[in-house]
Amino acid sequence: MWPYLIRRILAVIPVLLVVSIIVFLMLRLTPGDPASNIAGDAATTEDIAKLRVQLGLEEPLPVQFAIYIKNLLRGDFGESFYYKRSVISMIGDSVEPTLSLALFTIVIACVIAVPFGTLAAFKQGSWLDRIVMGFSVVGFSVPVFVIGYVLIYIFSVKLDWFPVQGYQNLSEGIAGWAYRLILPSLALSVIFIALIARMTRTSVLEVLNEDYIRTAKAKGLSQTRVLLKHALRNAAVPIVTVIGIAIAILMSGVVVTESVFVIPGLGSLTLDAIQGRDYPTVQALIILFSVVYVMINLFIDLLYTLLDPRIRY
Amino acid sequence: MQTDQSDIGDSLIDQSVEGDNVRKQAPLWSRLLRSPSVIIGGLLLVFIVSLVPSAKLLTSLDPTEINPRNRNKPPGAEMVMKNDSGERYTLTSRMGTDKLGRDVFTRVVYGARVSLIVGLSVAIISVAVGLFIGLIAGYFRLADAVIMRVMDGLMAIPAILLAIALVSLSGASLFTVIVAIVIPEIPRVVRLVRSIVLSIREEPYVEAAISVGTPTAKILYRHVLPNTIAPLIVHGTFICGSAILLEAILSFLGVGVPPEIPTWGNIMAQGRDLFQIHPHNIFYPGIFLTLTVLAINMLGDGLRDTIDPRVSREF
Repeated sequence: MWPYLIRRILAVIPVLLVVSIIVFLMLRLTPGDPASNIAGDAATTEDIAKLRVQLGLEEPLPVQFAIYIKNLLRGDFGESFYYKRSVISMIGDSVEPTLSLALFTIVIACVIAVPFGTLAAFKQGSWLDRIVMGFSVVGFSVPVFVIGYVLIYIFSVKLDWFPVQGYQNLSEGIAGWAYRLILPSLALSVIFIALIARMTRTSVLEVLNEDYIRTAKAKGLSQTRVLLKHALRNAAVPIVTVIGIAIAILMSGVVVTESVFVIPGLGSLTLDAIQGRDYPTVQALIILFSVVYVMINLFIDLLYTLLDPRIRY
Repeated sequence: MQTDQSDIGDSLIDQSVEGDNVRKQAPLWSRLLRSPSVIIGGLLLVFIVSLVPSAKLLTSLDPTEINPRNRNKPPGAEMVMKNDSGERYTLTSRMGTDKLGRDVFTRVVYGARVSLIVGLSVAIISVAVGLFIGLIAGYFRLADAVIMRVMDGLMAIPAILLAIALVSLSGASLFTVIVAIVIPEIPRVVRLVRSIVLSIREEPYVEAAISVGTPTAKILYRHVLPNTIAPLIVHGTFICGSAILLEAILSFLGVGVPPEIPTWGNIMAQGRDLFQIHPHNIFYPGIFLTLTVLAINMLGDGLRDTIDPRVSREF
């Protein structure tokens, strides 16, 4: 276990190095100059040249890269070109909305998908199974912004049950915070409900054909007990994997959802930073997302051994 | 002499492979036509694709023509139009008009073109490039380590953010949008191809081909490549669906195809600010987008179950 763990953690390093190189090259090799963006339309050529020196953009690329990597290793992500604030503090301000949205979405998705997927498998071929399967095909194809607008139209514009858009900080009260998160996280969770329900159904179906399930039934255990204790537990590995994949790919949906519901989170921050060519902010954010992605994958692998003692590394 | 031997070896091997594969199975097309997902998805897709050549028949209007007199009409309202000789006439706007007075129905019909072009070209390019890189990674140990690290790195960056960055940094055009969607898709194809190559390499018939001295290129072409076709068709179908979705997302966020080109994402983007009063700008293109992606995904599901049950849906 330990040697495996150490090897896995060490394998994270080249991935992050590659990500840093990709991000660095992507920003520098594409046309466009952040200095002229910042300086604005009224700036003279000299102003822009001076700004380029200030921002360190006049150094040769390898030197820029060395400085960038050195700072990364020290945990220094630099200062935003625009806001003149440390990138870390900007990220800190935007983390709460994104984390809240992600948390709500995953909880909603799991709470709905796992029971329905299990029931669908248990009653294979029933109308419930057909509805779950149908939903998982359709839910997978409806874009999150379309769902978002449909929900806004029904529940905010027509029924007036929810605010149309916006976010409220947790510090201003937990009720308002949760209330405003319901619609965005419902919209975002649809695709994950589809994904997780389908996987739950498949893996529970597989387990239900096993001998030990027949034994458990023959012993006279109640259906609930067979399902929860014997079937779901043994089907857990693929289900946990797919939930992990869901968390790892959540970020893509978050960007769109934040835009539809005007939530000032990491997605909006990234979108603004990319469009303004705010190099330090873009670099830090993309590296942050990659770290999260890699860590979740690592965590899933480790969770396997807990869920299924037969898996040994 | 060597080539002779390998030719003999190959023909023997081919025969034995065919011998193994003789199974009683209905022909492919009849198995495909028995799959409800293939039929429903296929028919739905035929409907969407048919919008492309019939655009001129379905609507006489120009999707980009701005007409201030007809701004923000609800669906079903009359539009006042002027023909070339200056005479006025009225037309019913089936899906309403947007804030610049452009007919949403016309724009949705023309929008199908861009979506289908993007979906198809992204699928073809990323499968071709991914196949090439994947074959190299799977067959050459030395290249494998480097290639897979780069692919791992690319996969760790959220696809949408990578695409947004690539488009907004290199300037919006149909071409950059296609490239920007292709790049995040490639690692997934490479992984798929590589895993197939790695398993095929262990097959006795490949070992036999190697032992009789068949050149590597020929092994790849004759033994490895045919095994990648079915999974790649299935995976390519899913890529097509997700590319159409991603293109719409990029346009919707304002970092996609230039706003004057009618695409479903652009129509929605331009309807955002007036959404509460005029939801038709978002709903109609949204319905078409959903139906298209649904059709392609159903087709992909059906194809997978029919021609390649091994492929699991991966992200």
